[in-house]
Amino acid sequence: MKLVVLAGTPGSGKTSVLLHTIKALLSLGNNPTVVKIDCLWTEDDQRFKKLGIPVRVGLAKDMCPDHFTIYNTEDMLKWAESEGSDMLLNETAGLCLRCAPYPDGCLAVCVIDVTAGPNTPLKVGPLLTTADIVVMTKGDVVSQAEREVFRERVLDVNPTCSIVEANGLTGKGSFELAELIRVFPDISIEMKLRYNPPLAICSLCTGEMRVARKYHMGVLRNLDGFMEYRGE
Amino acid sequence: MKDVSTLTIIGGVNKEGIPENIKSIEFNKGEIIGIVGPTGSGKSTLIDDIEQLARGDTASRRHILINGEVPDVAIRVDPRLKLVAQLSQKMHFLADMTVEDFLSMHARSRGKNPKLVHRVLELANTLTGEPIALHQQLTALSGGQSRSLMTADIAIISDSPIVLIDEIENAGIRKQEALELLACEGKIVIVVTHDPVLALMATRRIVMKNGGMIDVITTTLHEQQLCYKIAEVDNWLLSLREIIRRGDLVEGTV
Ligand SMILES: Nc1nc2c(ncn2[C@@H]2O[C@H](COP(=O)(O)OP(=O)(O)OP(=O)(O)O)[C@@H](O)[C@H]2O)c(=O)[nH]1
Ligand SMILES: Nc1ncnc2c1ncn2[C@@H]1O[C@H](COP(=O)(O)OP(=O)(O)OP(=O)(O)O)[C@@H](O)[C@H]1O
Ligand SMILES: [Mg+2]
Ligand SMILES: [Mg+2]
Repeated sequence: MKLVVLAGTPGSGKTSVLLHTIKALLSLGNNPTVVKIDCLWTEDDQRFKKLGIPVRVGLAKDMCPDHFTIYNTEDMLKWAESEGSDMLLNETAGLCLRCAPYPDGCLAVCVIDVTAGPNTPLKVGPLLTTADIVVMTKGDVVSQAEREVFRERVLDVNPTCSIVEANGLTGKGSFELAELIRVFPDISIEMKLRYNPPLAICSLCTGEMRVARKYHMGVLRNLDGFMEYRGE
Repeated sequence: MKDVSTLTIIGGVNKEGIPENIKSIEFNKGEIIGIVGPTGSGKSTLIDDIEQLARGDTASRRHILINGEVPDVAIRVDPRLKLVAQLSQKMHFLADMTVEDFLSMHARSRGKNPKLVHRVLELANTLTGEPIALHQQLTALSGGQSRSLMTADIAIISDSPIVLIDEIENAGIRKQEALELLACEGKIVIVVTHDPVLALMATRRIVMKNGGMIDVITTTLHEQQLCYKIAEVDNWLLSLREIIRRGDLVEGTV
């Protein structure tokens, strides 16, 4: 079983690229399954179902979507196996740029939209810096020079990644991505995360709603960057 | 940089999925090729295929060969090895950066000296009316300024053996000067155009219809002679345009 985790900012083209890539994988004889994780709502599952493959949705609701993804990875893999699949493709919600929901044994794919501008790679954090493959989408909207500058910025923050220039509308790049997925090794039994999730455990995590500082406890950071522990 | 002596397009399908009339066409070093056809007929799509060095993986299913061979993957993607420079139809930058940061970053991505930035700016300012400054935000440039900067950037930083140019006449910049900058000797230059002078400057022109290449016309001797005459008329019109731009009266100059 292979695990592919596809992360990226909302609307960056994850589903569009994945749909073309699944078509390529099917034509090459693979049996992919898809799990889409989102926070509150998604209709991506309807788009995947049109390809006739097994699809599941997980809504994280009030849990952090990346934590939710990690916590449910084992279940997702079991389900994919029960469907007779050889690869699980997991599209994440990818909202909080502090986390990266990539286990070490997975193929970590970060989908990033070039129209967001060449400073975006500097802002995206571990989602991009710990990815194996970076998929640049929407290159049709900008000039060649802008694509090249964007690419340079991606390599500045993640020098070892493979970059795929894809187009979610035309399917450009999908065979390249499918090939990279196919040659990637299966997952091992014991997986570990590549990057530590946020440190802070505070009273907000357990439901505190009041804003005033005196109500807050836990590991907290001040505006000036100073971190402290408040509590018993 | 790798030497390019020929570029080949292996035909694919048109918008209906029907095979194109032109099965294969080869261009040689030193040639200027025109691409003509009505709006929406697939001219930009054809040069995008060349920029990407398509291998049956685009909507048109075309293949591009260089020196008769399928090009290496690295040549397709690594800007330091790229053989193709493209001036697209885009009139604006989306990148949220200053002119200087953008140009030096682009020079770096192409493995060129960042000091070239000053030459690019100087050249861009010979093509545009109101000068561009290095500290300006790219997104604040006008359409004509953006196009001038893109042109100068391609001439100096993206300097490549294959040059693709999409409708330079629509940019409001000096089109013949711009074309001369981009189409230096020893290159393969492909120009999408509706302009009679530019089209007849080409040795051959591909005719597009419904997403497919339907014909290739070799510029006749007579057409070449006509081209000089049309260019004279065109230059006259351009000089009138300059007068209008300056805010002067045309009356009395004609
Ligand atoms: N121009 C252009 N548009 C694209 C491209 N890829 C995707 N889009 C458009 O971008 C929008 C968002 O694409 P999706 O594939 O739904 O993005 P997503 O990342 O799956 O979005 P969420 O799952 O909602 O976070 C759609 O309108 C797509 O048609 C591309 O390469 N070029
Ligand atoms: N061979 C093809 N197969 C499928 N779709 C195509 C093909 N060629 C072009 N198209 C589609 O047709 C549309 C118009 O094409 P394009 O933008 O290349 O036209 P154009 O000739 O450059 O037009 P304009 O003169 O307005 O710039 C695009 O959406 C493009 O994706
Ligand atoms: Mg999606
Ligand atoms: Mg066009």
